[in-house]
Amino acid sequence: MIDTLRTGDLVRYTVNGKTALTGVYITERDGMAVIKLESGYNIGASPEKIEFIERPAARPPAAAAAVAQNPDLPELAILSTGGTIASRVDYRTGAVMSQFSAADILRVIPELGGIARYRDHQIASILSEDMQPALWQNLARAIYDEIRAGVEGVIVTHGTDTMAYSAAAVRFMLRTPVPIVFVGAQRSADRPSSDNAMNALCSAAAATSDLGEVAVVMHATTNDDRCAIHRATRVRKMHTSRRDAFQSIGIEPLGCVDYPSLAVSLSGEAVRRGAQEPELQDSLEERCALLQFYPGMPASVLEAFEGYAGLVISGTGLGHVSSGLVPGLREMIEDGTTVVMTSQCLNGRVCDRVYNTGRDLLAAGVIEGEDMLPEAALVKLMWVLGNESDPERIRRLVQTDLAGEMQRRSIP
Amino acid sequence: MRDYDALGLKAGIEIHQQLDTAEKLFCHCPTVLREISERRGEFQRYLRATGSELGEIDRAAREEMRLVRKFCYYTYDTVCLVEHDEEPPTPMNPEALEIAFTIAKMLGMTPVEHVHTMRKVVIDGSNTSGFQRTALIALSGALPGGCRVETICLEEEAAQRVEGDTFSLDRLGIPLVEITTAPCMRNPEEVARVAAYIGMVLRSTGRVKRGLGTIRQDINVSIANGARVEIKGVQDLDLITEVVRREVERQVNLLEIRDALRERGARVDQNVVDVTDLFSGTNSSILKKARSILALRLCGFAGLVGREIQPDRRLGSEFSDYAKKCGVGGIFHTDELPAYGVTAEEVARLREHLGAADEDCIVIVAAGKERAGCAIEQVMTRARMALEGVPEETRKMLEGGSTAYMRPLPGAARMYPETDVFPVTIEPGFWESIPVPELLTDRAARFVSEFGLSEDLARQVAFSERLPLFERAVAAGVRPALAARTLLATCRELARDGVEVDRVTGDEMLALLSAVEAGRAAKEAIPEILTELALTPQESGMTPEERVDAAIRRVAPAVSAADVEAVVRRVVAEREGFARERGMAALGPLMGVVMKELRGSVDGKVVSEALRRELERLIS
Repeated sequence: MIDTLRTGDLVRYTVNGKTALTGVYITERDGMAVIKLESGYNIGASPEKIEFIERPAARPPAAAAAVAQNPDLPELAILSTGGTIASRVDYRTGAVMSQFSAADILRVIPELGGIARYRDHQIASILSEDMQPALWQNLARAIYDEIRAGVEGVIVTHGTDTMAYSAAAVRFMLRTPVPIVFVGAQRSADRPSSDNAMNALCSAAAATSDLGEVAVVMHATTNDDRCAIHRATRVRKMHTSRRDAFQSIGIEPLGCVDYPSLAVSLSGEAVRRGAQEPELQDSLEERCALLQFYPGMPASVLEAFEGYAGLVISGTGLGHVSSGLVPGLREMIEDGTTVVMTSQCLNGRVCDRVYNTGRDLLAAGVIEGEDMLPEAALVKLMWVLGNESDPERIRRLVQTDLAGEMQRRSIP
Repeated sequence: MRDYDALGLKAGIEIHQQLDTAEKLFCHCPTVLREISERRGEFQRYLRATGSELGEIDRAAREEMRLVRKFCYYTYDTVCLVEHDEEPPTPMNPEALEIAFTIAKMLGMTPVEHVHTMRKVVIDGSNTSGFQRTALIALSGALPGGCRVETICLEEEAAQRVEGDTFSLDRLGIPLVEITTAPCMRNPEEVARVAAYIGMVLRSTGRVKRGLGTIRQDINVSIANGARVEIKGVQDLDLITEVVRREVERQVNLLEIRDALRERGARVDQNVVDVTDLFSGTNSSILKKARSILALRLCGFAGLVGREIQPDRRLGSEFSDYAKKCGVGGIFHTDELPAYGVTAEEVARLREHLGAADEDCIVIVAAGKERAGCAIEQVMTRARMALEGVPEETRKMLEGGSTAYMRPLPGAARMYPETDVFPVTIEPGFWESIPVPELLTDRAARFVSEFGLSEDLARQVAFSERLPLFERAVAAGVRPALAARTLLATCRELARDGVEVDRVTGDEMLALLSAVEAGRAAKEAIPEILTELALTPQESGMTPEERVDAAIRRVAPAVSAADVEAVVRRVVAEREGFARERGMAALGPLMGVVMKELRGSVDGKVVSEALRRELERLIS
């Protein structure tokens, strides 16, 4: 029976043989018919208790109110990859619909219209865990095109899970004179408490500010008082769910945006607007991997990466793996794989010159990744190997700070 | 006495009861309330109104967003990231679900087969996420008397407002059952009866929280040609009848006002007039300091704005409630002026300035420019509603039973699925297996027949928080009447006299009653022993029995049968003449003397026996 029902159909639900209630059929789930009663509550009922009444005439979609944009304001591009910073709830069915166009986003967060005018471009509509290097490249190219078209800044909406990876990738592939701001929401945009609006507004403020590099802008604390501006190559998602999950590791954030004033303050470290000419170098070597070492990890694990162009290891402490892995790594390196060592401590600098195994790793050809975050090192390696083939030059590039991913000095 | 049937009175009740579970509904925090002085910190958030599919903001939500507000939340070490809206919810607490279904079964309801948790949008700050998680769990039950219980929902308690826009998170997330009846009650007394019955059913489970604020009652009232009004927060069962009675009065009066207004051809002016300059020299303290004074002419409203619609409440009070939503302190209207420092002359000037005739009423608002503007618009809205009749509203109860406007009745369409919580399948086997606890009324009847308690005492015990302790005592062999009187009357009296009886634990009570049953202490000594126990600080290492024995020794050392005989003999010998003269009639007076000496350590019956024997021996 429920095979013929469609979302929105009016149905009768007979509760216990006597009382009947009308409701709207929503969907089937776990063999039950999910219906929305007049009170607004959903319940699941066995299909035999449901009876079709009628199918309402298809409603023409509500004419969306036109959104006026202010031509006197700076122009920003909003590129979306799937991260939802705006959504609408259809209370009739309970469905939550993500909004990606600039017009739709402005309807949900109208205050954005007081900061800039917007053009939009949807790169992808995926959960960020489904992101791939090929999409990073599409994103970098699209951003480059927008910069060439003359926008004053770019906002990229992105799922928070892998936002740091994408931001780092764009940072390596693109030299930019304007701010490129990555933003997402930790709380779903359909809820009144969502951090979507505040994050979006702070991002727009950052995208029209004097900043001139790629950054991630998200809540700085659990309060709705301030967003932090994080350098793309030194930011990491450090909590599964909190609003202030994103933190700069090893350096201070580049600045912050106060809320609700939207006043932007930048540190002396932040690259300023106009400091660079736009340049795109979008080749990436995708056959690079990131491997976290753990005690007892068998050398056979390395076989999975045979033939890879690059391998970043997230080792323990100062950058260590067990001595049993050294021969396998030596062989990989001799076969042409570039191996870079980072630390799963995340904080601090790798130094393989202190202990025996570390020295053996160096002798085998492993490159110390200095104080790079493992994830940033992976992205960097993909870019370096995509743009360089000479091993000596590769080694030099890996150990040189190209995009703020590495500090020359460890500041206490 | 109103003819409620003729008026078409329809009333329904919605009861919210907190459940006494180990953990909250959607997280693993304990369900304890804290003192705000114990807070560990605080954080601030904004909540935004979300649009519905049609681009309209839910009308209740829009009302709340009239003022842009920042909310502050107090947090504790018994609160977690879920209450902070910083972590997804856990699956629904199975203990809470079980209790909710027990209640549903006791009310003869049909369980929902597949329970879906919903998000109900609430943006007054009382839920950090901007919504309340709520699930419909059972439908369609019946009460004795025929009234229908429509639904039972299991939902999260809201955070407690501390003041203004500051809330305390300890209460947020405690499981709540919401029981909604059909609007089937036809007179005020019936409403109170139904509320009392449902309250009794809830307490019969033994698994609901007790104390102030753990149960809340909202009442829906409408009369024919009136409107459905929801009155929130009617705590006292005793007040329910009065609240319903007064709401009917209010609606009847509002309809009469509407009819009078229509007869007069009344209308509400479109124009708001700035009269700030008119009052530049006023002595009224409120008007003097206001930056902006705005006036509105209500044609034909004179005398009706000041008309009482409930004790201490006038139509003007309703205008004022609406205006206050904009942050102003209140309004003035010409039905109550001159007053508050506003002179007759100023009123006359006001009337002239607005071109008001005698049958017109003028309302003025004094505040900052934006607030005054907002407030006068609100007055205009409410005044227009007066021409239609009774507006649908959510109202709050005032002391005495009158009500004040809170917000518009919420629309239905602001719920959507809580997708982070999976639906729960309710197997028929689970529902069948739920044991139905004895109703407290049935238990009280059983205490009368089984234990011979008086009806009054039986009811007191059955409904008392001490019921479990009473049942333990009876199971341990303590006489029911003794247990009941000690736990209730004796403790109450001692408490009234300032003894901290609450410090005596249940186990100590039990040990004491057992000691009395065993003859180690006289029942007359119970108050003294309890007082002693309450005064003694808790020491570790002593069992309740040891503590009780120590107290007995200190207060009422056990007296042997031989000691009793000795005392009795001495007392009688000292008063031999009196005893011989009075014979058995001396028993009474001599009882008093002996009991005083024995300091109540011995059961009166034992003493009476001994005295009787001694007297008989003497006389014969």
